[in-house]
Amino acid sequence: MTSARDEILARVRTALGPNPAPVTVLREYRRSSTMDNVIELFEDRLRDYGATVVHVTPDGVAAAVAEQVRGRVRVAPGLPWLESGPDGPHVGGVAVEVDDGGPAAELDAVDTAVTGAAAACAVTGTIVLDGSPDQGRRALTLVPDRHVCVVHSGQIVGAVPELLARLNPRAPLTFVSGPSATADIELQRVKGVHGPRQLVVIIVADTTGQ
Amino acid sequence: MTFLGMPTAPRGVGRLRGDAPFPVAARAALTDTQLRRNIGHATETIRARRAALVAEMPDWEQLRRAGEAIKADTLARLPEVLVQLEEQVTAAGGTVHWARDAIEANAIVTSLVQATGADEVVKIKSMVTQEIGLNEALAAAGITAHETDLAELIVQLGHDRPSHIVVPAIHRNRTEIRDIFRRAMPGVRPDLTDDPPQLAEAARTYLRRKFLSARVAVSGANFAVAETGTVVIVESEGNGRMCLTLPEVLITVMGIEKVIPTFADLEVFLQLLPRSATGERMNPYTSMWTGVTAGDGPREFHLVLLDNGRTATLADPDGRAALHCIRCGACLNVCPVYERVGGHAYGSVYPGPIGAVITPQLTGVADNPDLPFASTLCGACFDACPVRIDIPSMLVHLRARAVASKGASLERGVFGAIAWTLRSPRRFSAAIRLARLGRLLGRRRDRISRLPWPLSRWTVARDAPRPPRQSLREWWRSRPTKPGAGE
Ligand code: SF4
Repeated sequence: MTSARDEILARVRTALGPNPAPVTVLREYRRSSTMDNVIELFEDRLRDYGATVVHVTPDGVAAAVAEQVRGRVRVAPGLPWLESGPDGPHVGGVAVEVDDGGPAAELDAVDTAVTGAAAACAVTGTIVLDGSPDQGRRALTLVPDRHVCVVHSGQIVGAVPELLARLNPRAPLTFVSGPSATADIELQRVKGVHGPRQLVVIIVADTTGQ
Repeated sequence: MTFLGMPTAPRGVGRLRGDAPFPVAARAALTDTQLRRNIGHATETIRARRAALVAEMPDWEQLRRAGEAIKADTLARLPEVLVQLEEQVTAAGGTVHWARDAIEANAIVTSLVQATGADEVVKIKSMVTQEIGLNEALAAAGITAHETDLAELIVQLGHDRPSHIVVPAIHRNRTEIRDIFRRAMPGVRPDLTDDPPQLAEAARTYLRRKFLSARVAVSGANFAVAETGTVVIVESEGNGRMCLTLPEVLITVMGIEKVIPTFADLEVFLQLLPRSATGERMNPYTSMWTGVTAGDGPREFHLVLLDNGRTATLADPDGRAALHCIRCGACLNVCPVYERVGGHAYGSVYPGPIGAVITPQLTGVADNPDLPFASTLCGACFDACPVRIDIPSMLVHLRARAVASKGASLERGVFGAIAWTLRSPRRFSAAIRLARLGRLLGRRRDRISRLPWPLSRWTVARDAPRPPRQSLREWWRSRPTKPGAGE
């Protein structure tokens, strides 16, 4: 008996006929942008989605994180601003838990998750997480209701093609454009269904990001 | 019924065939004024938002052309692209299954769920699993499927049917949704209001426990990248992320036409899709995964590649571009017929203009002979389509195929449908306005300005697509006189 695989592939070949005409893909759309106001635009888009935006210099990150977190806080294991003290780990003086990959149900009791980001895009107000140690596993930024995300200015590109060019396709990628939302009720964008309902983006003005 | 000997989607399973022919179901829908008001209000909102966000993009036309070309290129090389996808998914720790049709796909998914011992699954909104009737197949095996998309939840709790491919509960307003939740959502607060944030909160609370306890998730796919084996889901609420991340086993069902060659191709579709679908610069969440990742997400990943009439669609050179569809719903939102009758009348999970061309091809036109007539050929769908599918020309082509397959028995239905569309002067002029607007936006080739009677009454004020080989009158005259001839 022919396998489904072989049969489907044979059907496709028959359907296409002996010599399917090759198709040329013209990429005449913009693949790079020449914006000088990338950070401004990124902030504008984020605010449009209902996110909170904070600007800091590199030495102000820990304090900004400390100010933006609420309740029980869990951070990605490789968060650069994590410090250890006699009373356990903290960021900018606020006690935090370090995500250890335990059962996701534990995250339901966490109020705030803190991570870095892999890259960001201004035109669409998008942050991408790729599971690197400073961003942690996907569940960390999903289950808690508040996500505080630190983005370096050098990580922000103008347009979508530039964003994708910066990513590792084989990493587990999550594109976040504002807080969780739905348009399912009368097509109005309503903030907050299953993902974090509060998104805080801390933009670090430096060039060490990437 | 086959096209070039290619099997179509089987009868008796899934949701591609309605209980009543389109003209009958449409007439019934026309009497429901609440339905019409809900849909009119919603599509008006989305049309305005989409138009504003498309206008923001100076390279929109270039993106559309690139999207069209990438899809055409993929189909032309489909065997090699599918095999590459299989290799890459397998190399990344996933398992690939092939399903000739709905029955086979349902059997594969059911046995995968049974192997885990689970008796329930959480689901991400997916057109393809509705197309194959997966929930019903799982139920028959004693497995409960929980829909987690807000609109799908509204439909499921209301024992209703989806009526739009992006916003399945578009036919419900907030008050009706509140009533459904109060009636059918376990543990819901009795004083729930119709305030949308409160309705969203109710869904959040209800589903959270399910997400945290579910062991198996089932999804569709928006795109799958052959080069890397990466699967992509575009969503808003985070229910998709929950399903893709928390359960131990993830089963994704996708039509074979969803594959794209390279990761860089996503730069086109991730710009076209959100603006066209929900009128947003970007949807809140897009997830991409490649096989399995240790310590992050499911331990097992299965990808089911489905035919179910797609190769039959591919076999028709004048119809295959329907497989380019990225399911954005824009053509539904601009369609005067859809706006008037809603999604249920089409009898298929794919309603509106795209439904009128994809459904008859998946099932064979003999099983859905009325659908190609469920249109005024006003051309608004082509102008809205982010991948430039020429739906009007395809409709004319499929009308010819329908007449060839059904013979004279279709005559009454055809004239019924035309007479029915002509009956509303207001709708008429709205369609004409849309078509005029369309002409301002883009120059058309392959158009003629007049169709012969009876469609001439439609074409006096605007262009209609040029029928591919014969004029409408010619194919009408040359249609076989014996039922069942042709095809
Ligand atoms: S046919 Fe075009 S406009 Fe309609 S749903 Fe598909 S991609 Fe969108």
